[in-house]
Amino acid sequence: MRFIEASDQSLLVEFEGGISLQAHHQVVRLLRALEAHRLAGVRNLHPAYCSVLVVFDPLITEPERLTAEIRAIDIEHVPLPSPRTIEIPVHYDGPDLSDVAAYHGITPQRVVELHSSAVYIVYFLGFVPGFAYMGGLPGEIATPRRESPRKQVPAGSVGIAGTQTGVYPFATPGGWQLIGHTTLDMFRPDRREMNLLSIGDQVRFLPA
Amino acid sequence: MIIEVISPGMLTTVQDLGRYGYGPLGVSPAGAADPIALRFGNRMAGNPENAAALEMTLLGGTFGFPEGAVVALTGADFDASIPLWTPVHLDPGATLKVGGSKTGARCYLCVRGGIQAPLFLGSASTHILTGLGGRQIRRGDKLQIEANAISDPIQLPRPDYLRKILRVTRGPQKFGEDALNIFCSSTYTVTEDSNRMGLRLQGPAIEAPHGGQMISEGVSLGAIQIPSGGQPIILFVDQQTTGGYPKIANVITADLPSVGQLRPRDEIRFELIDARTARRLLRERNLP
Repeated sequence: MRFIEASDQSLLVEFEGGISLQAHHQVVRLLRALEAHRLAGVRNLHPAYCSVLVVFDPLITEPERLTAEIRAIDIEHVPLPSPRTIEIPVHYDGPDLSDVAAYHGITPQRVVELHSSAVYIVYFLGFVPGFAYMGGLPGEIATPRRESPRKQVPAGSVGIAGTQTGVYPFATPGGWQLIGHTTLDMFRPDRREMNLLSIGDQVRFLPA
Repeated sequence: MIIEVISPGMLTTVQDLGRYGYGPLGVSPAGAADPIALRFGNRMAGNPENAAALEMTLLGGTFGFPEGAVVALTGADFDASIPLWTPVHLDPGATLKVGGSKTGARCYLCVRGGIQAPLFLGSASTHILTGLGGRQIRRGDKLQIEANAISDPIQLPRPDYLRKILRVTRGPQKFGEDALNIFCSSTYTVTEDSNRMGLRLQGPAIEAPHGGQMISEGVSLGAIQIPSGGQPIILFVDQQTTGGYPKIANVITADLPSVGQLRPRDEIRFELIDARTARRLLRERNLP
């Protein structure tokens, strides 16, 4: 664990391993531990691939104290929740599907086969409510972001960027390559569990 | 009691002090862009500091009060039919007109009792991009006034807190000495392409380390990220919760309300201080 002061009210806790399952499991353990321990002054937690940003109230606590408190948590022994598997039906009709296929010299059908054959892991939710950063995209269809992001991507769009895939929960700007869309709601404020996907979930995409 | 929206102004939303604790869902805090103005307005109206109020941007609206109300208008110097930074009693049938801003970007209409708004994850704040917590106020909206006042209206001295030289601490990524020198010695202009999610600045370009490549991580309120092209962006109250651009610095907590009062074409500079000093400045901030 490495501690970096990101601002006067936040501490970035970083794990070794970059984008990897090992680092992801450490993130989930730390997140669960911090949600259970409720350290004094902690206001918010922003998990990511290999880090958790801990936002605190600087009038209540300070980074030296938080660092000591977090070091004292035995995160290696925090149990990992057993992953759920969520299936997402996808209409593979995205505006970038043929570009992605052409980029790799394969057919759009092959892109669909590859995208829907993998099991993905939700590394974390970020960007906007309910946006799940999923890893595990087959290398044969790993594609860089679009050179210029779209001003507006429709809600439900399924995109890929590098070796990640994700579904836009809201109409937002976005630079991912759009290969399809789903009619499932990724985030609904009137649902008991607002976000369809949670950190650590396994996800499969099914051609609709 | 109600408020009738006769004209909404350029961009008017309901805000309180924001929703904290939902970063793991990707939910950003939102909340008042200038929380000092909101807190003072609420206290002068006799409300809890966190009561929901109307945040107006650059051009204010016109509001009818068929049954009257006690209000406090705080924030930047907008042209208005009532004085700012003081509690005002409005008679039944009164109309309040808020015009354009002479300096600063935002003002807050705090109404004694608070504005009734459904809570989403514990807050009435509007997140504009997603529409979570509400939407922009429109002509014809009728806003209910609650009965949540906790004390009598009171006059408070106007606090002096706005700065154009923002104090910052170092960001989590290590930038070169040249980049830091440019950042700290240059004047940056706030561009038109700025909003509650982020303020895009224009000025001398800054080179990010490792060609700007990094693994996405959680981002703090007031983080100053350097995207490709080198023009800084200050992430603000409606910010995304994670991001993949290197961050050279972070506006200190005590100066975040000043960011909420910046408007396009404002010129700003940055002064680098250490985080310990930043926290001391926050503690010692002498607000009544």
